[in-house]
Amino acid sequence: MAVLTYREALTQALREELTRDDRVFLMGEEVAQYNGAYKVSKGLLDEFGPMRIVDTPITELGFAGIGVGSAMVGLRPIIEFMTWNFALLALDQVVNAAAKMLYMSGGQFPIPMVFRGPNGSALQLSAQHSQAWESWLAHIPGLKVVTPATPADAKGLLKSAIRDDNPVVFLEGEMLYNTKGEVPDGEYTIPLGKAELKREGDGCTIVSHGKMVLVAMQVADTLAKEGISVDVVDLRTVRPMDVETIANSVRKTNRAVVLEEGWEICGVGAQVVDFIQRECFDDLDSPVLRVHQEDVPMPYAKNLEKAAKPDAAKAIAAVKKVMYLA
Amino acid sequence: MTDTLKREPPRSAKAASAASASVENKEGGPPEDEAKLRKDLLKSMLLQRRFEERCAEAYALGKIGGFCHLYIGQEAISAGTMSLLRPDDYVVTSYRDHGQALARGVSPRAVMAELFGRQDGCSGGKGGSMHIFEKSVNFLGGHGIVGGQIPLAAGVGWAIKYRGGDQVCVCFFGEAAVNIAAFHEALNMASLWKLPVVFVIENNRYGMGTAISRATANEDVVARAAAYRMPGESIDAQDVFAVREVMGRAIQLARTEKLPTLVEMRTYRFMGHSMSDAASGTYRTREELDENMKRDPILLLRERMHAEGELPDGELAKIDEEAKAVAQDAWDFADKSPEPLLSKLYEDVVVNTTS
Repeated sequence: MAVLTYREALTQALREELTRDDRVFLMGEEVAQYNGAYKVSKGLLDEFGPMRIVDTPITELGFAGIGVGSAMVGLRPIIEFMTWNFALLALDQVVNAAAKMLYMSGGQFPIPMVFRGPNGSALQLSAQHSQAWESWLAHIPGLKVVTPATPADAKGLLKSAIRDDNPVVFLEGEMLYNTKGEVPDGEYTIPLGKAELKREGDGCTIVSHGKMVLVAMQVADTLAKEGISVDVVDLRTVRPMDVETIANSVRKTNRAVVLEEGWEICGVGAQVVDFIQRECFDDLDSPVLRVHQEDVPMPYAKNLEKAAKPDAAKAIAAVKKVMYLA
Repeated sequence: MTDTLKREPPRSAKAASAASASVENKEGGPPEDEAKLRKDLLKSMLLQRRFEERCAEAYALGKIGGFCHLYIGQEAISAGTMSLLRPDDYVVTSYRDHGQALARGVSPRAVMAELFGRQDGCSGGKGGSMHIFEKSVNFLGGHGIVGGQIPLAAGVGWAIKYRGGDQVCVCFFGEAAVNIAAFHEALNMASLWKLPVVFVIENNRYGMGTAISRATANEDVVARAAAYRMPGESIDAQDVFAVREVMGRAIQLARTEKLPTLVEMRTYRFMGHSMSDAASGTYRTREELDENMKRDPILLLRERMHAEGELPDGELAKIDEEAKAVAQDAWDFADKSPEPLLSKLYEDVVVNTTS
């Protein structure tokens, strides 16, 4: 296995799928000549040409709609948003067009496409550039929502997303592009809708997704030194959510903490807790706790930003609390 | 039932069965038989009219629910445009979509069953009035968000160009949509990338209840074409031949040069915005409505055909009775069609396939 960055793994997935299927094209701001704002599409213009790697004006609603329209007649667009913060301008096309077209046409028009780009906070980008959109998007029937945490998952899940015949929202961690990990050699895909148990333990289950999975792994390492072992369930796909993997873990550990980057109210964690209380009510030894961003827009000042974000210390405190150790 | 045509032709007891509103296309310029063309256009417009008069009736009876936006008064645009399209061209439109669907060749039965929310509706009863889709004739929907279909049309144009095809996509929207971001974003890219799309503004002068003068700083809406270095044409769209003339040019330009055009169709709707508002009395006067109804596109075509001696005694009545019979047949079919199975509730949310 080669060690690749998350960015390189995504580029590999794009290259392989562009090669595999000539209906696939990549469109977005700065994806071609500039090689991508985050360099995910580096080198692809030279390899595939300007009809398949397409620079757009700054016009998110417009090019998202162009993607949906082209998917209605059989192409398989990958629409890159420079960040998901800008995609808010395009949500009419994502939600009202892409997600609902199949249903409101009585099954006549599937929309095989991917909307992808960086999601979540980075460092000191303040309020408008630091937010996690998965709970908004996972609310919508008709969409699949994917949140890879590692380079291997990023590649395997992106390949599956591109091959899926539904509109798939693919949320890349803005802080993950430079992270490294082993990526299997050769062709592989990872099915959408399947969580992965990334760490095994018995004291508590930590359910997480995307960038926060890395924090959960740190938490597991730290707690291991104190003799506490935890399961880390990486959802990988927020919608559809793999309830079975979550429930199997909680039935074993009898305790759970949900760790996510987004806000508390109506967050992904709220849904996870709902599934747990329905599936594992009699298995629980303590209330399920949640760790998330504080209920404020992201501040700029370093100390305030740190205080606003969920982190390992907050997660450790939550795990100890559900284990009645604190 | 309301007859919106001022001069009702004599009624005949005969009822024809399965006439279609779709106008047969003759490729490569105007058909040789101009008289047949005029008759086909009249048939299409009359079917749209008679069909939608029955829609109003069905709505009043509660057989059609939700929002229902009638096209009555604007039929020359759909009839004239569809008469120029090839079967492999594409049409995408707004929620005011029944007339265009019929003119494009969607089965009247399937449209009415959709309006009735029945299993045999073209969208299986899941779309309703605003979401008529029929893949077999490349009718890519009625869309319910003002302007939302305009980028979709540009996307269809992109796909045509991507594949190196010579089809055309025609996109319809109201004049109020020219103020929405989707319009500007789509037209900019369509021109920048030379996409084979004809953007058709159906200017019926009211965005719901707001007159264009209260909504749009420059009422010359087709002037916006200049902002995107796109040809723009504005015509009196109550004259179906004017529609054909300008659309003929625009479609040709899209097909051969891959260039988009913005067309303003100056028209008037004879009914309210939807079934929930009166045709006149709140935001427009009865006098204004009456004045505009004198320029009913069907009457104008009829007069022309009379002048050409093309409507011998009884011919008009026969065409009209056929249209009414098709509308009745569609009604009967929809009424008998079962409600969708409850199991359909969970189907078509996602597909379980990959490619």
